[in-house]
Amino acid sequence: MSQIEEVSLEQFKHLVSERALTGETMLLNMGPQHPSTHGVLRLLLELDGEIVVNCIPDIGFLHTGIEKNMEAKTYQKAEVMTDRLDYMNTMGNNLAYVMAVEKLIDVDVPARAQALRVILVELQRIASHLVWLGTSGLDLAAMSMFLYCFREREQILDIFELVSGQRMMTTYIRPGGVWRDVPVEFEKAVRDFIKIFPKRIDEYETLLTKNPLFIDRMVDIGYLSKETALSYGVTGPVLRASGVDWDLRKARPYMGYEQYDFNVPIRTEGDTYARYLVRVQELRESLKIVEQALNKLPMGPVRSDNRKFVPPPRSEIGVSMESLIHHFKLWTEGFPAPKASVYSAIESPRGELGVFLEGDGGPKPLRVHMRTPSFDNLGVLSQIVKGYLVADLVAILASIDIVLGDIDR
Amino acid sequence: MVKTMDKKLEPIVKAMQSKFSATLEEFRAEVHLFVKPEQIVDALTLLRDEYNFELLSALTAVDYHPQSTPRFHVIYQLTSLAKNLSVQLRVPVNGDSPKVPTVTRVYAMANWRERELIDMFGIEVEGHPDPRRILMPDGTEGHPLRKDFPLGYEEPQFTFNFDEIDLRKPYAKE
Repeated sequence: MSQIEEVSLEQFKHLVSERALTGETMLLNMGPQHPSTHGVLRLLLELDGEIVVNCIPDIGFLHTGIEKNMEAKTYQKAEVMTDRLDYMNTMGNNLAYVMAVEKLIDVDVPARAQALRVILVELQRIASHLVWLGTSGLDLAAMSMFLYCFREREQILDIFELVSGQRMMTTYIRPGGVWRDVPVEFEKAVRDFIKIFPKRIDEYETLLTKNPLFIDRMVDIGYLSKETALSYGVTGPVLRASGVDWDLRKARPYMGYEQYDFNVPIRTEGDTYARYLVRVQELRESLKIVEQALNKLPMGPVRSDNRKFVPPPRSEIGVSMESLIHHFKLWTEGFPAPKASVYSAIESPRGELGVFLEGDGGPKPLRVHMRTPSFDNLGVLSQIVKGYLVADLVAILASIDIVLGDIDR
Repeated sequence: MVKTMDKKLEPIVKAMQSKFSATLEEFRAEVHLFVKPEQIVDALTLLRDEYNFELLSALTAVDYHPQSTPRFHVIYQLTSLAKNLSVQLRVPVNGDSPKVPTVTRVYAMANWRERELIDMFGIEVEGHPDPRRILMPDGTEGHPLRKDFPLGYEEPQFTFNFDEIDLRKPYAKE
């Protein structure tokens, strides 16, 4: 055992203060099995009593080589890997990847498919924020939050099951459109959710927003300045809680986001409480988008009819020889994409989810890189926890809203 | 879909071409500028300070194996929040002793992403403050995202060949 300790201290020598080497401060492992690290994240903490002097995140426990695996699959088949990245945001991951593929092969998406994508991605944002709200409540000893949030999340997962047959690993959004049109029950299920959810958000806020215990744990904790946030590539609600007005849905509208009327919540405090307020406000804004998109959901096809890239509908295969050939070619060989690269990004619940996709002229990508927001958001953790208590570290980590599948890929 | 380069990018491209003799490639309205490894720190500093590219969105690499000069392209995807623009810098790196200078002093975000380069592509990052592997365990041989690194698979073990496969299975050393 003594040998292992020596090696690890040598390895981290340039990251800890000199007091750690003399034994004046204590080095302590938090994780990888610690429940409030939201997965398998190991934090090596240098502590002066209860106060965090340095924090060294150690990631990679959930590394599954998704980027490498995607290089070995055709463009359509690689999509199932994207569900497994950020398992709280499967629809969003599908959309980010699919948008990059569509940009690379230059395929347009019908209006109905675009609206359906928006509805589902916004529902996914709500579901993801609910998991965040529930688990952060749990971290701050508000056990009931977890149960309430998962009750509503269940309703969203039921909608996903309705449209895709899967609760989490949906792969519903496909290059050129969506897998198939939504069933007739879809509209009622979403309307029910829209009806009950505003009251439920009020309930959450009654429990937390003005709760003195909660405020004590959150206000003025984990301050992140605008400049540090930008330099560290922090995006999403964490950046917006530091006073930067940057939301890709507004700045670079995709999938027709420009048609919907919604606000981007901004706070300037930059602390843990501000990040909480931004996300809770986003729940309401996302619901507004879902409602508008559902109200003007156009009729029409849900898949592009560019048969060189998009498989024909099942019903055509039985009657058209050409459709059968296209179907066969697309699912065995795949489609060739140009020898070029694209970068396309969406606003995921955690920030800028970018996909760098490079084709080599064949049916498989040469390189897929997922610029996952949690990775860069976690990178700033070591800067914002210094000088706070270990208990505050738990609150700060919860407020960043990391998903380890998103970080380790 | 927009097909041509944003007009607001033209002065930036001109400046990059005159200062760093950068070559320009365009695809689907995206701008890719090729610069040399030794210029990247200056180029990023210029873009950040003069042209408001506050955010380094992505930093990654592409392996063009078996081509060896250049074997890699290191990619810097920049975003300007103030002007709502994007530009991509590409740095070609040769296959024998691939090396780029660190840009952590320009964008702190590069710290972890460059560690990912070191880990996944074996590209040396000169002057990096913390050049440890980030995702793979210490002591891993090879760099997984290189094209000559096999994808790998695990042989399925059945009752009849369980022990035989178990003997030659590479387990983590104690």
